[in-house]
Amino acid sequence: MKASPVLAVDNLSTWFDTEQGALKAVDEVSFQLDAGDTLGIVGESGCGKTVLSLSIMRLVPTPPGRYVSGQIALNGLDLLSLSEREMRKVRGKAISMIFQEPMTSLNPVFRIGDQISETIRLHQGCNRSESHHKSIEMLRLVGIELPEKRIKDYPHQLSGGMRQRVMIAMALACHPQLMLADEPTTALDVTIQAQILALINDLKRAMGTSVILITHDLGVIAENAQQVAIMYAGKFVEYSDVKDLFSLPLHPYTKGLLHSIPRIEGDYCRDKRLPIIPGVVPELSRLPEGCRFHDRCPDVLPICRNVEPALIGQGFPKRYVRCWKYQ
Amino acid sequence: MNTPLLTVHELHKYFPLQGGFFTSSKEKCLAVQDVSLSLHKGETLGIVGESGCGKTTLARMIAHIEKPTAGEIRYNGQDIFKFDKKQLKAYRRKAQFIFQDPYASLNPRLTAGTIIAEPFIIHRRNLAQDIDTDLENIMKMVGLSKDQERRYPHEFSGGQRQRIGIARAIALRPEIIIADEPVSALDVSVQAQILNLMKDLQDEFNLTYIFISHDMGVIRFISDRIAVMYRGRIVEMASNQQLFENPQHPYTRILLSAVPRL
Ligand SMILES: Nc1ncnc2c1ncn2[C@@H]1O[C@H](COP(=O)(O)OP(=O)(O)OP(=O)(O)O)[C@@H](O)[C@H]1O
Ligand SMILES: Nc1ncnc2c1ncn2[C@@H]1O[C@H](COP(=O)(O)OP(=O)(O)OP(=O)(O)O)[C@@H](O)[C@H]1O
Ligand SMILES: [Mg+2]
Ligand SMILES: [Mg+2]
Repeated sequence: MKASPVLAVDNLSTWFDTEQGALKAVDEVSFQLDAGDTLGIVGESGCGKTVLSLSIMRLVPTPPGRYVSGQIALNGLDLLSLSEREMRKVRGKAISMIFQEPMTSLNPVFRIGDQISETIRLHQGCNRSESHHKSIEMLRLVGIELPEKRIKDYPHQLSGGMRQRVMIAMALACHPQLMLADEPTTALDVTIQAQILALINDLKRAMGTSVILITHDLGVIAENAQQVAIMYAGKFVEYSDVKDLFSLPLHPYTKGLLHSIPRIEGDYCRDKRLPIIPGVVPELSRLPEGCRFHDRCPDVLPICRNVEPALIGQGFPKRYVRCWKYQ
Repeated sequence: MNTPLLTVHELHKYFPLQGGFFTSSKEKCLAVQDVSLSLHKGETLGIVGESGCGKTTLARMIAHIEKPTAGEIRYNGQDIFKFDKKQLKAYRRKAQFIFQDPYASLNPRLTAGTIIAEPFIIHRRNLAQDIDTDLENIMKMVGLSKDQERRYPHEFSGGQRQRIGIARAIALRPEIIIADEPVSALDVSVQAQILNLMKDLQDEFNLTYIFISHDMGVIRFISDRIAVMYRGRIVEMASNQQLFENPQHPYTRILLSAVPRL
């Protein structure tokens, strides 16, 4: 028998009430994540990736946000039914999150060493001097030089990438069952990025931590995730094992994304331009009829303009696509 | 070749380090060390390097936001830190900065139209009636429509916000744009649109770019020449093709081999 998943998200919808009406940031999203697996999530800016992870943490501001439908189960525990007090125990312990914007989760008036130590004391229950040493060790692990000096710095004295690493150090220190990593390495150079991803992978192996990895970098997904979800305008439009997605992308949006990446093997003279997906994503409070991608889609069919396609399995395991071409 | 538009000569920037219990206050963070480079009009210089190696600090000094500890920066042969008030104002018009973070760099209380038109107003380059047509042209150029003028930054997506930042930067027809990770927060499809736009604008106005990025693919696409920085220093400077096909410095080779592959 297969072990039950660490995380099961079923038909989750998170909307915001805005002046323009309901903004469907996350719309009927379902997936399961096994222990030690990484699910990569990719998608256009504003398509709902951060709101999806905030929903799992129950950190969506309500109002204006609303959990409209669905369930989130962490090892069978129904997160949406917990009280705020119970949820606080889950956060940072069972689930930890690396936020997209480090400045929002670092406190500008405290030294970074104190912020890391406090997290460690809270979650590992050790004393001040132990947590002080562990903080230095964590900073060293995420590649910060002279950590014994750097712990005295305030956030503004660090470069963008150093701030991001301080946050990662805090998230790793909690030994969570589930780690939500929202663009954890965007501000980092590729060598430090590789080092951080290796740390996350070590944590997966050692503790069986499952990871949701949100990133715009498809290369990072290819090398670090087992499954991948492509999100467009609040919905999953393709879901796949990582290998299958890159060898055979199905959804026209996925194909467009893969084409628009500049490659280091590319030969680009002054006149070269990148292939683009024309147009912009629809506003989530004013979604078009039919498929949400239809007005940008090179393969659009008449039905696409009127009826929204469902996420349909494609024969091989864990392969789903939301497109009329494949129904 | 003719004289360079910008020359950076033996530039240094030190910050004091807080230090632990036993360190003397003399210890410093050597953010930028002995950096020299020159840039011709119409050229794009890509800058890559370790996180924390001094790229932003270098860019901020070139943009006259931060003063160097030592060394000089010359624009058309003139030292930018010896400019008088009038010259400095002119320089601030000619050299524009695009920030990494499209979320934090736009004033949330101003509408998109005001943000883009603000440089006109500050530099009084225009009479009120012209501002409107100029604004419309510039918004169109970066792929925004005039009816979005009244909206506030939080009502735009990351990609659109970055377009506003670019519109503002090109509003006064600058000569040089210093872009600090302008596409890092964007997904690859919006990134492709913005990169193409930056190349189109460069063709149209003969713009000079300093372009900082961690993404080696982006650097490959946009740059004519590339500077690789490591611990405050430029360790390799080469043409695009040379750097990718025949990297010399060990750090450059490490960087290229660490790029995740699809
Ligand atoms: N507090 C809020 N009130 C109203 N709308 C919100 C709020 N937070 C997010 N949204 C909207 O929800 C949608 C999804 O946003 P989200 O931050 O999840 O995007 P994302 O996929 O993470 O984008 P990016 O790649 O740019 O980080 C956006 O349209 C955003 O404007
Ligand atoms: N205001 C400041 N006070 C003290 N130190 C600073 C300050 N600003 C920058 N530094 C230090 O200068 C060094 C270079 O920082 P900088 O922001 O230029 O790096 P960067 O190359 O842009 O890095 P990243 O890729 O992470 O953005 C870092 O060690 C940083 O901690
Ligand atoms: Mg996000
Ligand atoms: Mg920087």
